[in-house]
Amino acid sequence: MREFAYAAPQSLPEAFDLLTRTDGDSRPLAGGTDLITQMKENRKSPGLVVNVKRIPELNVLAWDERQGLRIGAAVSCTRIATFAPVRERYPALAEACILVGSVQIQNRAALGGNFCNAAPSADAVPPVLSYGGKVIVAGPTGRRELAAEDFFVGPGQTVLGKGELLIEIVIPTPPPRSGAAYLRFIPREEMDIAVAGVGSFVQLSADRTRCEQARITLAAVAPTPMRAREAEEFLAGKTLDAATLTQVGELAARAAKPISDVRGSAAYRIELVKVLTRRTLQKALERVS
Amino acid sequence: MKREIDFKVNSETYSIVIDTRETLLDALRYRLGFMGPKEGCGNGNCGSCTVALNGMIVDSCLVFAVEAEGAEVTTVEGVAVDGKLHPVQQAFIENGALQCGFCTPGFLMSAKALLEQNPNPTEQEIRLALSGNLCRCTGYDKIVRAVMAASQALSKVA
Repeated sequence: MREFAYAAPQSLPEAFDLLTRTDGDSRPLAGGTDLITQMKENRKSPGLVVNVKRIPELNVLAWDERQGLRIGAAVSCTRIATFAPVRERYPALAEACILVGSVQIQNRAALGGNFCNAAPSADAVPPVLSYGGKVIVAGPTGRRELAAEDFFVGPGQTVLGKGELLIEIVIPTPPPRSGAAYLRFIPREEMDIAVAGVGSFVQLSADRTRCEQARITLAAVAPTPMRAREAEEFLAGKTLDAATLTQVGELAARAAKPISDVRGSAAYRIELVKVLTRRTLQKALERVS
Repeated sequence: MKREIDFKVNSETYSIVIDTRETLLDALRYRLGFMGPKEGCGNGNCGSCTVALNGMIVDSCLVFAVEAEGAEVTTVEGVAVDGKLHPVQQAFIENGALQCGFCTPGFLMSAKALLEQNPNPTEQEIRLALSGNLCRCTGYDKIVRAVMAASQALSKVA
């Protein structure tokens, strides 16, 4: 591993200054479960590591009806999954956070890190997109807010510019008559990377007979986590019977652009998207309050 | 680059000079002589290096030692109190829950953390909670039985 300098700033301006001064030769460190393995393998070799866990804004974890759920970028998966408002109102996020590695990993790994590492298979990301979440990015030149799906550019690549940090993930309070679920497929029980994953959100009409709106997010089947827009639009206004769910699975599969790799073939991943879309929608429907 | 850090290990305060590249695991083993935590995989899969960092179990191979500034660390060496084994340790012995023993310190830390949060886990909950610890000898069965026995022993004490 290359020698590196280390800093643990306690404020955002200090962090922006450190990240900007090093001209791209620095990396923020939150849980470290991705970064430290990458550094051990010399896949990343920053000259400066900036521990962001002591910055108050990155440790926020709060919920209220109006603002929704605010998750600082350095908050661990364990803290999120055990936070009462998450367990009560965002079950798909809670279930995804405890799919990330083991207990040891969840205790360290941050949701913000899952975003910034930008793996197409990141398990904690799809529920954020399906709940209609946003991300707040800030840097030396200011602050911007974008839809969570717009944060990703490609595998391992995000919109973060020089000196910028992901600050917070904000997820609106789920509307009435809604439910959500996340499922991934892995060939073993635990501790594996998704072959494919789907996060679904559905809201029913006032008379509960039809779908008002839906958001379907696909993981590990494209260069970034992605929304299956055509499938979502198809669902709006439909009754959610078995035939419709099968059709929507087909539409979601059509949006997927998987590769074949050691975890599964492209054809297999397409089949998984069909099944997982159907199952997550069913599970989301069961959760509609 | 060298840095000085102050932290606590098993309730004792230490001040040591480390290289920023050094993992918490290496600092514990080679600067301070806590040989309980082991390096199996070095990338967060096997859990042999499990320690508690500020009360939460982590893979110490995936923590830079410099991050532990001001932290409280517990290794397997800090689990027995005044020479008396923790019920989890006792249960591992009584149930023969180890063969080569390399993974055992990690399993003990994970099992203890589980029972602190969930004193009466089901077999499925035990298997899930220990999924970040690999054992290549036992086939896990005796480990799971030991954790169930420890759970019963602890509930009798309480």
